[in-house]
Order: sequence, then structure tokens, then C-alpha cells
Amino acid sequence: MAKILNVSNLGKTYTSGSKTLTVLEDITFDVEEGATFAIVGPSGSGKTTLLGLCAGLDRPDSGTVTLCGTEINALNEDERALLRNRNVGFIFQNFQLLPTLTALENVIVPLELQGVKNAGVIGRELLHKVGLADRLQHYPSQLSGGEQQRVALARAFSNKPSILFADEPTGNLDEETGDKVVQLLFELNKDAGTTLIIVTHDTDLAQRTERILKLKGGKMITNQQTQIL
Amino acid sequence: MSGNNQHNKPKGATAWLFKMAWRDGRASLNRLLLFMASIILGIAALVSIQSFGNNLKKNFKEQSKSLMGSDFLIVANQPPTERVQHIIDSLGGSDAEEINFPSMASFSNKGATKLVLVRGIKGGFPFYGELETKPVTAAAEYQDMGGALVDATLMLQFGLQAGDSIKVGQLALPILGAVTSGPGSTGISASVAPPVFIPYRLIDSTGLVQIGSRVEYKNYFVANPEPNYVQLAKNLDAVLDAEHADLDTHESTGRQLGRRYDNFGKFLNLVAFIALLLGCVGIASSVHIYIKEKLASVAVLKCLGASRKQSFLIFLIQIGGMGLVGGIIGSAIGLLLQQAFPVLLQEFLPIELTVSLSWQPLVIGPLLGFVMSVLFALTPLLGTYYVSPLQVLRIQEGTSSKVRRAGLYVMAVILLLLFAFSFWLLNNVRFALGFVVGILVVFSVLTGIAVLFMRAIKRFFPAQWGFVARQSLLNLYRPNNQTLVLLLAIGVGTFLISTLYFSKDILLAKTAMEGSARTPNLILLDVQTNQISDAANSIRDNDLPVIDNIPIVTMRVERIKGRDVNDIRQDTTSTINRWILNHEFRVTYRDSLIATETLASGVWNPKFEAGGTVPISISDNIARDAQVTEGDTLVFNVQGVLMKTIVSSIRAVDWGRMQMNFSVIFPTGVLENAPQFHVLSTKVPDDKTSARLQRELVQKFPTVSIIDIRQLLRLVEGILDKISWVINFMAFFSILTGIIVLIGSVRNSKYQRIKESVLLRTLGAKSNQILRITAFEYLYLGLLGSGMGLVLSLIGSQLLAIFVFKAVFVPSWGPFLILVPGITLLVLLIGMANSRSVLNSPPLQVLRKEGQ
Repeated sequence: MAKILNVSNLGKTYTSGSKTLTVLEDITFDVEEGATFAIVGPSGSGKTTLLGLCAGLDRPDSGTVTLCGTEINALNEDERALLRNRNVGFIFQNFQLLPTLTALENVIVPLELQGVKNAGVIGRELLHKVGLADRLQHYPSQLSGGEQQRVALARAFSNKPSILFADEPTGNLDEETGDKVVQLLFELNKDAGTTLIIVTHDTDLAQRTERILKLKGGKMITNQQTQIL
Repeated sequence: MSGNNQHNKPKGATAWLFKMAWRDGRASLNRLLLFMASIILGIAALVSIQSFGNNLKKNFKEQSKSLMGSDFLIVANQPPTERVQHIIDSLGGSDAEEINFPSMASFSNKGATKLVLVRGIKGGFPFYGELETKPVTAAAEYQDMGGALVDATLMLQFGLQAGDSIKVGQLALPILGAVTSGPGSTGISASVAPPVFIPYRLIDSTGLVQIGSRVEYKNYFVANPEPNYVQLAKNLDAVLDAEHADLDTHESTGRQLGRRYDNFGKFLNLVAFIALLLGCVGIASSVHIYIKEKLASVAVLKCLGASRKQSFLIFLIQIGGMGLVGGIIGSAIGLLLQQAFPVLLQEFLPIELTVSLSWQPLVIGPLLGFVMSVLFALTPLLGTYYVSPLQVLRIQEGTSSKVRRAGLYVMAVILLLLFAFSFWLLNNVRFALGFVVGILVVFSVLTGIAVLFMRAIKRFFPAQWGFVARQSLLNLYRPNNQTLVLLLAIGVGTFLISTLYFSKDILLAKTAMEGSARTPNLILLDVQTNQISDAANSIRDNDLPVIDNIPIVTMRVERIKGRDVNDIRQDTTSTINRWILNHEFRVTYRDSLIATETLASGVWNPKFEAGGTVPISISDNIARDAQVTEGDTLVFNVQGVLMKTIVSSIRAVDWGRMQMNFSVIFPTGVLENAPQFHVLSTKVPDDKTSARLQRELVQKFPTVSIIDIRQLLRLVEGILDKISWVINFMAFFSILTGIIVLIGSVRNSKYQRIKESVLLRTLGAKSNQILRITAFEYLYLGLLGSGMGLVLSLIGSQLLAIFVFKAVFVPSWGPFLILVPGITLLVLLIGMANSRSVLNSPPLQVLRKEGQ
């Protein structure tokens, strides 16, 4: 199967005053199209930094990231934004909905950016799918955490992404709500055939993916297949 | 990049930007409305004043002919000389003639007297405009019937009716009607000496045209077709000047009158500009805090695939749109306001003011609303361009060097635009530059103080203080603090408001009257030398003091530094001020300086000992305009006799004080025998004594003019009251803008503090503690901001007083007693109102509600 993400010798350091902190060091892995993939590790191990680099939200100091066949190191901010808009979906721990937009408007932003005409219809369908058909005109602050994350799920799938990055998708939710959201995430993912990359602390959640990459202190410890297969 | 990712702009991309701007703005409407209010007020002030100024200019231009009553005229202080008569004849002869002079008039049946301007008219004057009388027929009949037309206000004042009689000098004649309006018969001078029109042929019978009288001879012309006035003036000026006569055209009269109202207009323009600038401060501070909170959303948008340009444009459209709408509403309010100005100002204007819509402010208002909003919002807006999508995952503190560099460019553009705009309003490079540099200095000083203040608190932090006091101090310098932006907004706001207040003080104080025991209030003009002792005795017989007895000799300048004034007139490269060459100087002689004078340089000569050149003293403005200094020579023509003088001293004179001041003073021992008249003054206790003395003096000395300063004072006070009303009204506009700006800035800062307050609340802080933490923070900011603004304004006003208004500045207590506590209280109250929602609702509810 074709590789949708290829990470090669990736490194990232941060400088604060005269101190240099290496956050990621020599990370190499790839992800096949349509696969589910988890990045796990303790706090401060570099998981979120790795996710940001893979999605083109940040630039590495060394190594390369090839996303959907494009080496993103060479792209400028706007080219990377366009790549994300066409191919990438996101889910964040703290939902990251735009507070001034209604649920429906939040979902259709990626479609509108592409200039899709019937964005409203698609948005309604997606919100219906995630069980929020009666919450279309609600603002994020009028929704519960679980509802907000479901709106985020609908938004993540709205542009039919090839790859979806989820950063601690259940981190801000109680267990029951978290389980429901995860269930929904995997269902939607299966329907759409999207590649899914999850960053998580939750080993149970990680076990539901096909491969797990373990990080510690910015270094890759293992990259193994899970039992699920 | 792969082919499918090539950038191609989707259809409707621009429409989407507008849609997003609207969606986002809709949810933040409350905050954006406050921001729009500052624009609306600033633009309303600017548009109303600009439109009024334009209308005034237009009216002066349109009505210049009716102001003069003819196309042009030749005027002199003596009957036309042979050469002047020759010119008059060559122009086809005049169409009307006038002889006028000030004189005391008495109204036989009332026993009252009043200084009037007697205008003897021959011919169909006025040819433009109308001599409006009551009854209407009086204007056409008075010349044939040998009657007088008397100023309507004067008639009302003295209870006169048509049919009563008026006595001017030796001539008594019936009053045929009241003049309600006529060319050049409004304004302050008409109130001091109201016009009385009589037939020209009766002037001689008054017996008042004698040597030493101040008489003006006018020849009016109607030109058809109108000549090229510039060419006409060029042909005639030199000859007429040499004969001490002048050519006035309706164009120049309109211009001159228009110019007289220019200073007033300039001050109002400045006020409007300050109002607009305050609006801009409002924009900058509101948008700064507003955009700071939007950065997280912008990062999300970028994550979802919005480009830098798109996310920047969404907010640019939002802010620009608010500016444009604010500009349109402001212009509409401004145009409504300008309708009120003619009602307020009609009394000071010599013309009928008609208000018409002019397109300029209608275009400029919305345009300025848009440009100012965008420009002053640009620095914070740049943040949306440079914010990284990574912020979605982690908060990045600090400003990137790119933002700082772009901010500097924006600052340069703002300064350039401010300069261009103030130059457009003030029409003076020096003032415009001073204004921009002043604003820059104020901003820099306030920024410096804010930074020092934060460092000082950090360094000398009182760790032993209680929890509440420590928290409120911490708020001033820890991350997410609002110290700099609020200190700037409060400081600049206070600075502008109090500078306006102080300038008003300076302007009004300059015209204020002093009323000490030695200040005369009845002045006798044109007292001939042989009348002095009799006149003085008359005053003393009424138990009144003779306060001043000032001799006056009239003369003109003949040569400056050895050069003939005729040569200087023809020398186009000469920069000597023209008025010096044509002016008839009223000169006095005395042996000492008076209270309103100080010696700026040179030596004061009390007495002239025979032999050598006469040492004189001149005022600093003459030295400047005639370009002479100590040791330079001036030759004066003293009624036919040439007299060589040398400048021995230069005096600074306070012209604003109610005192007879002179630009040229001779020492004693020179002019005692020259033809001269005197000014006597006294102080009368009440109206009754004044009327009795005036009656007596007019009977004894018909050529003497008397001015009752108390009447004049009442008149000037009335006018000052109205001017201060207009100034206060405009200042109020600026202050209102300032307050709206403060409310906007402080209200917007609510969102900075709310999460922290809720967190404290969650951790168990009592209402009282949260309230006190907030109150102290805003108290510090309010006190420091307004205090610094006031101190800077004191310095600024002192500079304004010295360089612009040329007056002494004694600050009034108003700003100290009202502004600083008032603004601090305002900041404190809004700050405390900000935390009200935190105190009254459960923490979670607050977070959800404010998150919207």
C-alpha cells in the first residue's frame, strides 16, 4: 500500500536564552494510506511536537516530512495551509472551535475555504451523523464538552481528508463521553477510509489502532504493530 | 508541491472573507460598537467643523459684493488729492461718495449721548446688498428729505422712534427710520460706534470735519464688466500709496474678512482633529486587546487551511467595515450638527450664513473613518498575519521580530499621515510638525514610564504586603498584563483632553478684562491740545479722577534704514511687511515704561536733549515686521515734516491687556509742539454718572468721541460667553470621545482578567477580595495614566502658550481637581463593573458566557 506519511530523521530543538532543548531526535517512520496509528509517551516526550511537524504546523530543524506525496519542508506557510485544507483533518484536546461561529458554521469552514457550493448541506449531514442535528445554530459555549468534540469531529471529516490528526481527543472528556467520541471517531474514519493518527496517553485508545509509536525524551523507543490485527 | 495542491483561488473566496468577517463581528458586536462610537464622535466633530468652515468661506466669497456695497472703492483720510481725483476721473468718476467719522450724537428728547459712526452718503450706495430700513421707504427717502437713518439696535437701546431727532455736532435732523442691515454694519465695531446715515450734503453743517478729526473719504465704483482686480491694483497701488490712499476691491474685502475668522476656524479644526485623534487612540487600544484574543481563532483557521492573507483580511475587513460605517454615521451626525452652527454664531458674522451641503466632508468623513481605523488597527492586525498555526497546540508568548519590524513601518506611515492631515487642517508646516512630534513625544514618554513602572514594581516588589495588594500589583507586570496599553490610552486621552482645556484657558484669558481700581472705564478720544485743561476740569468737577492723559501724534514711515519706502514698495524681493509702509502710526511720547511693557533690548531714553538723531523705542512686532534693530534709522513723516530717528530700544508689549499701548514711543522733548490730539480717561462709578458726564462733555466739546468701556465690556463679555460656549461645546465633543475611548479600552480589558478572576473564585476567593484586586489594579492605572497625561499636558500647554498663542499660561485648577480624580474614578468604576459578572454568577457559567 502507498505511504501517506513519511518521516525521515526528524529532529527539533528549541532555544530559550542560551539554553538549547532537544525535543525530538532522529525520528523515522512511515504510515500507510488508510491505516490507524497512535503516538504514545509520557508528558514532555515530544508527542505533540511530532504531530505538529507531521501536519505541517511547524518546521523541523533536521530531517524531512512527506505528507500525501509532498515534501512539506520546502513549502511556505500558505502552501502548507492549502495542503492541510485539501488533505488534512484535525481534532484537538480542547476542541478548538471558533467561539464566534455556530456549530454549523464551524463545520463548514474547511469546505468554504475550498469554495465548495453546497457546504451547508454537507455540514448539516455531518452534524446529523454525529447526533447534533438539533444543535446547528448553537455557539460552542452553549454546548457541552462532548458535544463540542462531536462538532470538531464533524469539522475534521467535512473536507474528506486523506489523513486525520487527533491530539488527545478524549483528554478533556469524562470516560463515558470519551468512549462515545472515540467510537464515533473510528466509525467515521472507517466509513471515509481516512488515515488516522492519534496522539494519546490512553493505552486503551492506542490499542485500538494498528500501530503504536512510543516516544520517550524525544526519542523513538518502539514502532510496533498492535494485537488488533 | 504536487499538482493537486497548486494554489488556485476558489470561486467566492472574497465573498467568504466578508462572510467570515460578518460572522465573527456579529458575535463581538458589543465590543465593536464601543470601538465604532469613538470613530463616530471623532468624524462627527471633524465633519461638522469642516463643513462649517467651507460654508463660511463660500459665503464670504458669494457675499463679498454686498459686504462692500460696490465692486471697488478708493479710500483716504483726506479729501482726494489732485492725483487721486485724476485717477477717480480716469475710472469714469465714482458712482457714490461717502464721508464718515466717529462722533458723539445726542438725542434731544432723551437727554442721552452715544458714540456713533456718522456716514454721509451721496449717490445710490449700496449697489449690492441692501440698506434695509424700517419703514422700508426710509432708505430711498433720507437723502432727499434730509433725515437720518439710525442703527436699529441703537434706536432700541435709547427708546427712539422714527420722527425723533438726533444731533450730531451742530446739526440736528429728524430720524426717518431704523437701519436693520447694511453693508459693513455688523460686528463689534458697529456695536461700539453704530452707524448713522445722513445725506452727504449735510456733513459740512455738522461742523465736525476739522483738522485733527479722524475722517474717512470713500469713493465707490460699480464696474461693468468687472476689471481684472489684480491688474487694477498693480496699476494703481503705487500712486495711491504715495497719496496715502488705498484701493479696496470686493474680492480682497471678502478675503480679509474671511481671514479674520480663520484663527477661530483653526482652533476649531484643532479641536476636531484632537477628537479624531482620541478616536484613533480608542481604535488602537480596543483593537489591540480585541485582536489579541482572536489570535487563537486565527491559528485554528490557519490549521484548517486558511492562508495568512485570508486570516489577516477577515479582520481587516471587519475593522475597516466598522470604520467605514462609523465614518458614514459620524458624517451624518456632523452634517446635522453644522446646521446648528449658524444659529450659534450668526451674531459674530458680518454676513448672512446659509448652510449648504458640500461633497468634500461627505467623502472625507467615511474615507477618514476607514483609513484611520485600518491604520491604527494595523499593528495589532499584523499579529493575525504572523501568528503560527502551532498556537493551536501550544501557547507561544512574545512578539516575533517580523511583527516588530512591520509595526515600525506602520508607525512611520501613521506619523506621515498624521503630519499630512494636520498640515491639511492647520495649513502650517511648523505647527503640523510640532503637533506630530508632540504626539510622538507623549507616546514615547508614556511608553517609557509604563515600562519603568513595571520594572520598578518587579524590582521593589513588596513581598510582605497582603494577598490582595500583592495580586493587584502582580497584575501590572505579569504575562497578559494590560499596563502598557491602558496607560497609553488613559495617558494620551488625559493629555489631549487637558491640553484642550488649558488652550481654552489661554485663549479666553488672553481676552479677559482686568478690573482694578486704576483701570479706566470712560475714554475721551480726539481731545485737542487746547481742550485738555477744560476737559480735565469737567471730569474733576464731577469728582472723578483723570487717570490717563496721553498725547497722540500721527505719522507715517518715510525711510527705513536710509531706504525710501516707495523704493521698498516697488522692490518685489523685499520681505519687509507691507503694512509698515502704508500704516498711519499713532505715536505717543513719555519718559517711562508702563506696566504692560518690558524692555527686551537696548536702552530706554526718557528725554531727548537737543542735537543728534531722536532715539525712539519700538515694539518687538514692529522690529520684526520692519526688519530693524537697535541702531537702525527710521525717518517719519510727521504731517509734512520729516524727522530722522534711531531705534534705541525694543519693547515687549502685552497687547492683550486693556490699556492704551503703542508700537512707537518717542522720548519727551521732541513732539510736544507737533499737531496732536489727546486721549483722556477716567473711571466712573455707575451708569448715571457716566451719562451725566458724557452729556456735559458732548455739549462743551462736540468733536470729542467718548467710549464707555463698561458698555464695551458688557458687549465683549457677551461675545466671549458665546465663543466660550462654542469652544466648550467642541471641547465637550472631544472629551466625550475621550470618555468613550476610555470606556472602550477598559471594558475590552475585561476579557483579559475574567479567566483569572474566575480561577481565583474557583479556588475560593471572596467577592470582596476579587473586587479589591481589580479595583487596586485599575486605581494604579487610572492614577498613573491620568497623572502623567496631565503633567505632559502642562508642559505641552506651556509650549503652546509660548510659541503659538504668545501668551502667559497660568494653569487653572480644573484639570487637577476634576480630570485626574474623574478619569481615575471612571477607570475604577468600569474596571469594577467588569468583574461584576464574575462575582454574581457561578464560575463555570461565567466562563461559558464570556467565551462566546
